[in-house]
Amino acid sequence: MSVVTLHINDELVSARSDQKLLEVIREQGIDIPTLCHMEGISDLGGCRLCLVEVQGSNRLLASCVTPVQEGMSVYTHSERLVKYRRMIMELLLSERNHTCAVCVMNGHCELQYEAAKLGVDHVRYDYLSPDLPIDASHSNFTLDHNRCILCLRCVRVCDEVEGAHTLDVMGRGTNSRIITALNRPWGKCISCTKCGKCVQVCPTGALFEKGSSVGEMEKRHAFLSWILNGRERKEWHW
Amino acid sequence: MNREELQAMGEREQEKQQSYRCRLLCCASTPCLSSGATAVIETFKQVIKEHDLEAEVAITSTGCMGPCSRGPLVTVQVNGQQDVIYEQVTPELAREIALAHAAAEPKTVEKNILPGDLAFFTKQKKVVLSNSGLIDPDRLESYVARGGYSALAHALREMTPMEVCETIIKSGLRGRGGAGYPSGLKWDLVRKAPGDKKYVIANGDEGDPGAYMDRTLMESDPHRVLEGMAIAGYAVGADQGFIYVRGEYPIAAKRLENAIRIAERRGLLGGRVLDSSFNFRVDIRIGAGAFVCGEETALMASIMGRRGQPWPRPPYPAQKGLWGFPTLINNVETFGNIAPIIENGAEWYASIGTEKSKGTKIFALAGTVETTGLIEVPMGISLREIVFDIGGGIPGGREFKAAQTGGPSGGCIPAEHLDTPVDYESLSRLGSIMGSGGLVVMDDTSCMPDVAKFFMEFCMDESCGKCVPCRVGTVQLHQILEHITNGSATQEDLDKLEELCIMMKETSLCGLGQSAPNPLLSTLKYFRQEYEAHIANRTCPAEKCTFTEVPPLQLTEELQRRARLAKTDSEVS
Repeated sequence: MSVVTLHINDELVSARSDQKLLEVIREQGIDIPTLCHMEGISDLGGCRLCLVEVQGSNRLLASCVTPVQEGMSVYTHSERLVKYRRMIMELLLSERNHTCAVCVMNGHCELQYEAAKLGVDHVRYDYLSPDLPIDASHSNFTLDHNRCILCLRCVRVCDEVEGAHTLDVMGRGTNSRIITALNRPWGKCISCTKCGKCVQVCPTGALFEKGSSVGEMEKRHAFLSWILNGRERKEWHW
Repeated sequence: MNREELQAMGEREQEKQQSYRCRLLCCASTPCLSSGATAVIETFKQVIKEHDLEAEVAITSTGCMGPCSRGPLVTVQVNGQQDVIYEQVTPELAREIALAHAAAEPKTVEKNILPGDLAFFTKQKKVVLSNSGLIDPDRLESYVARGGYSALAHALREMTPMEVCETIIKSGLRGRGGAGYPSGLKWDLVRKAPGDKKYVIANGDEGDPGAYMDRTLMESDPHRVLEGMAIAGYAVGADQGFIYVRGEYPIAAKRLENAIRIAERRGLLGGRVLDSSFNFRVDIRIGAGAFVCGEETALMASIMGRRGQPWPRPPYPAQKGLWGFPTLINNVETFGNIAPIIENGAEWYASIGTEKSKGTKIFALAGTVETTGLIEVPMGISLREIVFDIGGGIPGGREFKAAQTGGPSGGCIPAEHLDTPVDYESLSRLGSIMGSGGLVVMDDTSCMPDVAKFFMEFCMDESCGKCVPCRVGTVQLHQILEHITNGSATQEDLDKLEELCIMMKETSLCGLGQSAPNPLLSTLKYFRQEYEAHIANRTCPAEKCTFTEVPPLQLTEELQRRARLAKTDSEVS
C-alpha cells in the first residue's frame, strides 16, 4: 500500500493511500465528533459533524467518507466548523425529544457527551417534539422513536454484520422512522435474531435493553471489532 | 432496418402526408388533454366519418404546441395555405373548423384564432421542440419523415465515438438539468473510463413546482430522446440505457414505452442498431415520486432498487455509477439537443446563444402572465423579452414584481434586473440559477416571505432525511418563516434565519440541501424590507399575510424598561 503525505492543521502527516480522512485525523490524536460513523460498518456521511475544510475546495467535506489525497491540506477546527457543529447539534436536539433526565442512557449517551463537549447548553430553535410511539413489543429490547437521531447505525449493523436486515427506514425528511420488518411490531418480526447488535451500536437511548432504569444502560461497542476481526483474521481474543 | 430503408420510410410518409388535402393537428399533451382535447379529437373523427372525408382529411394527435393556458389547441394545415392555429377549441367549434377547412373551398373560422405573428411564436427559436406539435408521438413514421434517426445513422456510419464526443464538446452544449456542466466533457470522461460495461441514464424525474419541460419533450417527441440516448450510448461505449420517468407522468411513460417497442421492432434500438455492430437497449424506470431522486446519485440508487438517497461524491457517476460501472447521466432535455447537433454540426449549434451558454433553453412560463406555456428561446434573451413579449405581460394592469427561476433550488429576480440576459452565468450572479427551466412570474400581490415559505415547505417535504442540516434545517427554516408570516417573529429570528441558511448551504450532503435556502436568500437580498416590515411593523406590504400571533415578550428589554421606570419613579418621589 502506497503512502501519501498531507497537512492536517498545518502539521505534516503521512497516511496509507486507502485511508479515509477521519481515520488519519483521529490517529493524530485530534478529537473530531461523529455520530453516524462507526468502525466496522459502512460510512454514511449523514450527521455532518465530522466536516472538515480542505484547502482548494470551496465545499466542506465529511471526513468519514473522503479519501486521503497526496498534498491535501486539511483544517479540522476552524471557527466556522466549530460554529456549524454546534448548530447541527442544536438542530439534532430540537428535532425530537431528548430529555436527558428521564432517559435510560443518561450519563452514557454519545449525543449527550458530544453536545456537552461542543458546549451546547441551550437550543435556540423551536423544539419540534413530535408525538411518536414507543415499540416495546420485543421480548428483550425497546425502540423509542423519541430519542432516535436517524444515524442508521442499527440499520447498517443489522444488514451488514448480522445479515438479517430486520431494521430499515420509512418515510422521508424529518418524518423518517426506523421500522422493523416492513413496519410491523418488532416483537412479531420473525427475521429478528435477538442478537442485540442494533442496541449496542445505538448512540442514544432510542434502542435499549428492557429492564434498565434511568442512567443504567451502558453500551458495549467493542463487540463489533471482536466479531469482525474474528471473521476476517480468525483472531478471537476478546 | 438499414439506412436506405430508413430513408425510404421517411419519403413514403412524406408522400402520404402530401396526399391529404387538409390536416387537422390537435394537441394531446397533458395540459390540453386536461382542458378537453379528447373530446375535440373525437368530434373531428366523427365529422370526418359523417362526411366521408377519410381519404382527404388527416387527423393527428400531436405533442405540445406551446401556449398551454389557451388549450385545447388545434393547428390546421391546408396544402398551399398558411397554417391556422385555433385556441380554446370546444367540440362545437371543432365541428365548425373541420367542416370549414375540409370543404371543397376551404374557409377559416373567424374566431379563436391565434395570430401567426404573435410575439409568443416569433420570438422563439425551436431546436429541441422542432417536431413538437407537428408529429404524432405514437408513430415512428411521422418522426422519420422529419429526418428522425438520420443523426444516429450518420454517427454510427461516419463517426468514431471520439468524434461524437468532440462534436458535443465543440458545440458548447451544457447540461440542461440545472448546474450546466459541459456535456461533452462528461461524455468524454465516461468514454475514457475503464470498464467493459457502461450505462446511459436519461433523467426525466422533474419535480420542480411549475416546470414541465421534460414531460412535454417525452410526451411530444419520445423518439428524439431515444435517438439522443442511442448516440450517447455509441459515444461512450454503453449498450444499456435507462430512462427514469417521474411517476406523475403516466402519459409520458406510456408514449416512451410504445416508442421503445416500435424502435426495437424496426431495428433502431436493441441488437445490431441500423444493421451496425452497435447494440443499445433502453428500459424505463418509473420513479415513486421523490424530488430528491432527480439528484444523480439518489436516482441511481433508485434505479438499482434501493432507497432513493444520495451518496457522497467522489466517486462521481462517470467513474463509478450503476452497480459500480461508469455511467453517463444527463437530463432528458440535454438528450433532446443531441440529434440536431449531430445533424447540423457543432458550429451551427455554437452560433446560437451567448459566449458561454450555447444553444436554446426550454422554459415553462407560469404565474401571472397573459400567456403561460412552454417556450424555447435562444440563450441570452432578456428576461423582459420573455415576460413582456413572449408572455404578453402582466394581466389586469398590475406591476411586475419578480421572476422566480430554477424552482426550489433557484431564486427570485426583481424588476430592476429585467434586462439581464438569461444564461447560466448571469443568473447565478443574481443569486438564482437556470435550473431545469421553470419560470414563475409574480406580480405585486405576491408576498415574498410567503413565497419563500412555499418553497421551503416543498423542500421540507422532499428532503430525504439522510443528513441533519437538510432534514432538520428545512423544518426550522419553515418554522421561522411561519413565525414571520403570522406576526410572531422578532429581529433575532431574522438573524437566526440567515445564519441557518448559510450553514445549510455549506454543510448539506447533496444538491437539494445545499440549494434549498436559495429562494429564501434571494428574496432576503432583494426584498429585505418586506421581511422587516413583517417583523417590525407587523404589516404585510402585499397585504397577503394575516397576523394571528403576537411576538413573545422580550424579557430582558422589558425588565430594563421597568428598571428605568422604577428609577424615574423613585427620583420623582
